[in-house]
Amino acid sequence: MKKIFFIMTLVLLWGLMVASIVQMPTSGDIENPSYNITTHYYINKSIRDTNAPNIVSAIINDYRAFDTLGEATVLFISIIAGSSVMKNTYGNKKEKKVD
Amino acid sequence: MDDLIVRTVTKWIVPFIQVYGIFIILHGHISPGGGFSGGAVLGSSIILITLSLGYKKASGIISHNTSALLESGSIIWYVLIGIVGIISGNNFLTNRGSGFYMGEVGDVISSGMIPLITVAIGIKVASTVITLFHTIIEED
Repeated sequence: MKKIFFIMTLVLLWGLMVASIVQMPTSGDIENPSYNITTHYYINKSIRDTNAPNIVSAIINDYRAFDTLGEATVLFISIIAGSSVMKNTYGNKKEKKVD
Repeated sequence: MDDLIVRTVTKWIVPFIQVYGIFIILHGHISPGGGFSGGAVLGSSIILITLSLGYKKASGIISHNTSALLESGSIIWYVLIGIVGIISGNNFLTNRGSGFYMGEVGDVISSGMIPLITVAIGIKVASTVITLFHTIIEED
């Protein structure tokens, strides 16, 4: 009884997820909601704003430069965390030299 | 890895890898690529030296202190470029309005602060990869 209830719940959830996949827009369609005013602005105006032919580089280094600064900070924090776990602190090094 | 073939191939191939990484970083605003991918290529060239020629040789090329200094210095360089925008009376990290040299479309030295930021990110990613790898190697 418990097993049948379990399987029925899983089938119901599967049907729900498949129904939402069917509703998704086909990739590359011009009617997609992702092709909004922002996309048209980047394609038409980015070479006038930044003089860079590479639109991706113009977006991540000019329009979204503050976001890229956050990504660089993530790298910085990762190296602090790695060093604090892996590397000996200065106090430990002095104790080792005494030994 | 103490093997004659590995050592010889590493000595031949490392300059080409480093030139390719610098090319990807400097042409980040013209062709596909940029700071993150070029920095990964540069960092992995030093990792190749560490694996095949040993940690002593690699720390002679770029020591632990130098890579840690580059790692902290490049993010300060990034923030200083952003502060130029504030000094000239615009928002933080403004490109065209704050008086950077824009140049012609397609040149290497053009498009304002984008190459400067790309170089900073490239140095940062390369030194992060090197510092993490050397920290793990030093522990053994």
